[in-house]
Amino acid sequence: MSSTVIPSGELGQQAEESNYLNVKHTIASWLLTGDHKRIALLYLVSTSFFFFLGSIAAGLIRYELTSPAGVVLESETYNKVFSSHGILMVFTFLVVAIPAIFGNFLVPLMIGARDLAFPRLNLASWYMYMTGGTLILAGMIFGGVDTGWTFYTPYSSMYSNGQVTMVIIGIFIAGFSTITTGINFVVTIHKMRAPGMTWFRLPLFIWAMYATSLMMILATPVVAITLLLVVYERTFKLPVFSPELGGDPVLFQHLFWFYSHPAVYIMILPAFAIVSELIANFSRKRIFGYHFVAFSSLAIAGLGFLVWGHHMFVSSQSMYESIVFSLISYLVAVPSAIKIFNWMATMYKGNIRLQSPMIYAIAFLMIFTVGGLTGLFLGAAGTDIHLTATYFVVAHFHYVMVGGTMLAFLGGLHYWWPKITGRMFSDGIAKVNAVIVFVGFNLTFFPQFIVGWLGMPRRYHYYYFAPEFQAYHIMSTLGATVLGLGFILPAFYLTMSLFTGPKAGPNPWGAHGLEWETSSPPPTSNFTETPIVMDEVYDFDPVSDHAKDLKDIEERNRRRSEEGYCGSEDDN
Amino acid sequence: MSAITNTSDHGHDSALHHQFEDIGQQNDSYIVGMWVFLSTEVMFFGALFFIYTLYRWNYQLDFYIAHEHLDVKLGAINTSVLLFSSFTMVMAVQSAQLKRRLHVIGYLLTTIVCACTFLVIKYFEYSSKIADHLYPGAGFATDAHAAFGAHAFEAGKLAVNMNHAQLFYALYFGMTGLHAVHIIAGILVILALIRLWVIRAKSVTLDYIPTEMVGLYWHFVDLVWIFLFPLFYLMPKPH
Repeated sequence: MSSTVIPSGELGQQAEESNYLNVKHTIASWLLTGDHKRIALLYLVSTSFFFFLGSIAAGLIRYELTSPAGVVLESETYNKVFSSHGILMVFTFLVVAIPAIFGNFLVPLMIGARDLAFPRLNLASWYMYMTGGTLILAGMIFGGVDTGWTFYTPYSSMYSNGQVTMVIIGIFIAGFSTITTGINFVVTIHKMRAPGMTWFRLPLFIWAMYATSLMMILATPVVAITLLLVVYERTFKLPVFSPELGGDPVLFQHLFWFYSHPAVYIMILPAFAIVSELIANFSRKRIFGYHFVAFSSLAIAGLGFLVWGHHMFVSSQSMYESIVFSLISYLVAVPSAIKIFNWMATMYKGNIRLQSPMIYAIAFLMIFTVGGLTGLFLGAAGTDIHLTATYFVVAHFHYVMVGGTMLAFLGGLHYWWPKITGRMFSDGIAKVNAVIVFVGFNLTFFPQFIVGWLGMPRRYHYYYFAPEFQAYHIMSTLGATVLGLGFILPAFYLTMSLFTGPKAGPNPWGAHGLEWETSSPPPTSNFTETPIVMDEVYDFDPVSDHAKDLKDIEERNRRRSEEGYCGSEDDN
Repeated sequence: MSAITNTSDHGHDSALHHQFEDIGQQNDSYIVGMWVFLSTEVMFFGALFFIYTLYRWNYQLDFYIAHEHLDVKLGAINTSVLLFSSFTMVMAVQSAQLKRRLHVIGYLLTTIVCACTFLVIKYFEYSSKIADHLYPGAGFATDAHAAFGAHAFEAGKLAVNMNHAQLFYALYFGMTGLHAVHIIAGILVILALIRLWVIRAKSVTLDYIPTEMVGLYWHFVDLVWIFLFPLFYLMPKPH
């Protein structure tokens, strides 16, 4: 860990005195901050709030589906509830969360910069996000939307009652928050790297963030203008997508998925970003095939723009389009598989430490592999016609979005929690929680694959036509309850750690990277002096690691023999 | 945090923000940021151009007849006005490089005058469309003869599908409207820039990059019009 010129003793003293959390305490110092770390925390609180609301909607959906004839909700209310769930989760949580929280916090730290290139723009992006989120919520409170998160025309533009206009304007504004975050990251990564931080010394987190930013910048404006046209059509009764006036509703689908397919990668690439860090640091090895993993992020970003048609196999697009889209969709599997295989190759013969973030990362690998492979069923135009709009699709994208992004999010939250707050949490509870999430998740969504394959359509709340589906739905609801527990527990034990957790120190995991070389929590200017990077990325020293491990084991055995402990198991 | 407005303590260069090492890095970041922003704008307008292309391809004759109501002369004048404003913007950036403060202010004011002229002409164009009921919506072109003239009729029968003509005008108002919004935003940004030059703010006088960034934005807005003008005003007759 000798890549900087900062004397570590001096650093430790600094940390006691002043860090970004205790430098000022007024509310204004938070709401008007330009500090990327404080803005990241603002985002952490606000996205968690929206996630909580979206989860309540999910709970209602699952409760409603426990009986074939519905339980509590009217059909129209059910439509509004699943739309709210989708809109809140996609636009106010998944697209935003990892880049705006961890990206904001870590991009400058990892490249050795004092801040993002445009701090004021960064703060403005949070306000745009909050304005958008508030409008979306207001729309849901004053009438709701029943269009689903996809806003398909002409239903959304000509027929749907409710607050479609308000919610769309909310999404439009929140979209600009994503764009500005993307601009900030691209400029920062290009121009603000510390001396010696070459492109191929960048942690893979940064590469994936860069690819994510590119997609945010290029895709979000398209959906912004498309949704604006829906509002235009709704408000002034203009023809753009309405078929009775010569407009083409399928054009809306093309434009919508031109964004929303890359948006899927905007949601999952940041998860890849986190998992790359976790796997490398808890396997104590340089990531296998660093260049391939780095470029696979860019390849996913590039190919992600060319596959939107696979959402439209059953629309009026031509058979030849479907064939081409299907083939390119298969191509995306290549860079994704490169990542999975390289992570596994990194773990192979690595010095693996099964601490809680690593457990999340391993759970991610298993779940994402299932999510990715079931994507192939849907990417093949033939099988997709059978599976379109069934619970198979629902299960597939939840395997990627929840099992992928959420698990990586939790893994990242645990991994960088000591850096963000300066406190360690109880690793034991965190490991148990990782298992709870894994079990709860699979119990929720695996039955949905089966019930979807059997023909349960999505967005229905009655299935009296097939009461035999009830067992699967009850299993799924049960799993959702366990999963909910797994999301609530971290809120408690992580908050607890703020008060009772031991001080973390600069590098509690023994990880490698610039963010671990400054104090925890970091000072406002991140580093006391600009770091100069002299070693390679993930440059672990296996020999000293091994020696340290041997010493730890010896130490433990000695202690145990002193305490009269005679078990020979190695159970941390 | 006051860090947001803080300028760095190290050195004489008070235009330097705390997060940057030196003015070169700051300028590079500004320029890269501006170009990246413009690329989002390209995608923003790009979606609209895509929609336009598709519908024009599908409804060639209807678009042709509908477009004949647009005034090519006014459009051409507006094009020249905007091109001239781009020239004055170039001169403003050039003057900023040479640190000729009064020249900069003069050229920027001329640019604003051009922008306002553009908007005034646009206003008259829009008024004449609205007077002829050519705004899309329920009451669109109730009197087709008045709206499109005799050549919209072939042997006494209406040759233009009014729905498609309405689509043309929806796109016309949507796209030129969004462009006009960008012009208005540009005017506000240029006004802010002029104010900084007037009060001799170091952030603009020490270095020409802020002026250059506004210039980049302005050229982009002009460039959009360079595409809008032929697409809407200069349509060849389809066979």
